[in-house]
Amino acid sequence: MSFDVEAFRAEFSFFQQHPDWVYLDSAATMHKPDAVIKAEVEFYQQHNSNVHRGAHQLSQQATRLFEKARDAVALALNVRRREEIIWTSGATEALNLVAAGLMGTVLEPGDRILLTCLEHHANIVPWQFYCQQHGVFIDVVPLTTELELDIAVFQQLLELKPKVVAMAEVSNVLGTIAPIAQLVKLAKAAGAITVIDGAQGIVWQRPDMQALDADFYVFSGHKLYGPTGIGVLYGRYELLNNLRPLRYGGEMIKAVSFAGTTLNQLPYRLEAGTPNIAGAIGLAAAFNWLAEFDSAALKSHKQQLFQALYQGCKAISGITLLSPATQNAGILSLNINAEHPTDVAALLNEQKIALRAGTHCAMPLFQALQLPGAVRLSLAAYNNDHDIQRTLQALEQTVELLQ
Amino acid sequence: MTAHELILQSKAPYTAIAAQELPAIAASSDWQNKYRILMNLGKQLPVFSNDLQRDEFLIAGCDSKAWLLHQYDGITQKHYWAFDSEARVVKGLVALAICQLNGLSNNELAQLDFTVLLKPLGLYQNISPSRQSGLQAVLDKMASQIKATG
Repeated sequence: MSFDVEAFRAEFSFFQQHPDWVYLDSAATMHKPDAVIKAEVEFYQQHNSNVHRGAHQLSQQATRLFEKARDAVALALNVRRREEIIWTSGATEALNLVAAGLMGTVLEPGDRILLTCLEHHANIVPWQFYCQQHGVFIDVVPLTTELELDIAVFQQLLELKPKVVAMAEVSNVLGTIAPIAQLVKLAKAAGAITVIDGAQGIVWQRPDMQALDADFYVFSGHKLYGPTGIGVLYGRYELLNNLRPLRYGGEMIKAVSFAGTTLNQLPYRLEAGTPNIAGAIGLAAAFNWLAEFDSAALKSHKQQLFQALYQGCKAISGITLLSPATQNAGILSLNINAEHPTDVAALLNEQKIALRAGTHCAMPLFQALQLPGAVRLSLAAYNNDHDIQRTLQALEQTVELLQ
Repeated sequence: MTAHELILQSKAPYTAIAAQELPAIAASSDWQNKYRILMNLGKQLPVFSNDLQRDEFLIAGCDSKAWLLHQYDGITQKHYWAFDSEARVVKGLVALAICQLNGLSNNELAQLDFTVLLKPLGLYQNISPSRQSGLQAVLDKMASQIKATG
């Protein structure tokens, strides 16, 4: 099936509102198709009620829609049980929930966990915080000179028997796709619980949870055409059932007395308070909407754009590319000569190119690269050839202005 | 170089910027030309040595690292500054502010509205919010330094 990018782009009202901008900041947040916005609006206009506890029919209807949203995500990710889908506010909360919940239940003082040098702060800092409290050690997989994860060192570090291995499927800075299936297999063979940060990865490739066989997988809705403030923690049922909740109150409780509290069953025991009902419905709408398109065609369109961008940038003298040309999910980080990335971004902003500059919540990676930061251009399937041409022209102009 | 020496050394370049580049940017009609001048302002100004890139001079709230030195001459009652940053846009923007404020007295400074200093240059509207907040952080710091002597 061929891919009509203009028809795809027409699904997003945003682009009609801002025809003069080139949006290359999709790794920060994606635009939302009208179908997602409509689903959220419809919920508030037609069905708004709290879920799970209402005595009235409206609440039952809202609950049905909310749980139907969970089913949609469960189906899209091919999980074993629908209770394995836990709503969170995003990938960050999901990672916090896993890190906090494993401490004292799985992780004991003196244990080790394994992270990688490519991680987003959200997959470093919660571990660091709770590991320090509980006396758990953190090992870090370094990069090779080609800026890929050093698999040999990864295997050596597995010999230290980490109880948890947490890693990103796709680097949010470089766009590098990690050989996640292979790494999960290695980690599991070493007896570790695997936690995959799929915030960028899920955009590249819809995971099949049973095939991937990871223990936990997290992502944010807003990076996958969905609303902000909603995300998912997938977890293997037995592990989720033993995870200590991070928050208490609301539907997660079965019975309370001052002598003690009995927690509800999954998925509710990990979803304290009133959930983001409209957000969950919006995210399910994003999955359903996306299912109407040929995912292979979307992917190949994005790859074509990436190659055009990559080769175009490579041809501009003064640009240094950090991202790999292959095994890349559509993120290109670069610098211009020794210029500060914020200066490059300022000049590109003048030319209405939306992108991000700095260390992209991955300071340890930039310490390893010995760079103050980079400018990050990230693509989505709604970008077109015109965007690439405009960006390359703007980059040439920027190089010239910085001379 | 001491902070005092650096502020002294910066006086003449700031005066030159006020006379040359400040009106040139205001008079220029296209953004490319405005930026060409702005990006190169830093080249006229001394660079802070490592010992002056100290945390006590660091401005919080900038995307890039930035340092501000201040001196108040108790006899003449005049204020002087020097500024450096890793980033050229911020260094240029702050230079355009300092060149209008350097060597003014408490009374003269009290009559100025810092929020409109760069308005006539036609730059401010285009500058992204994060750069604006970086510039704002420097101006806030300068205002507090003036207040502390008043």
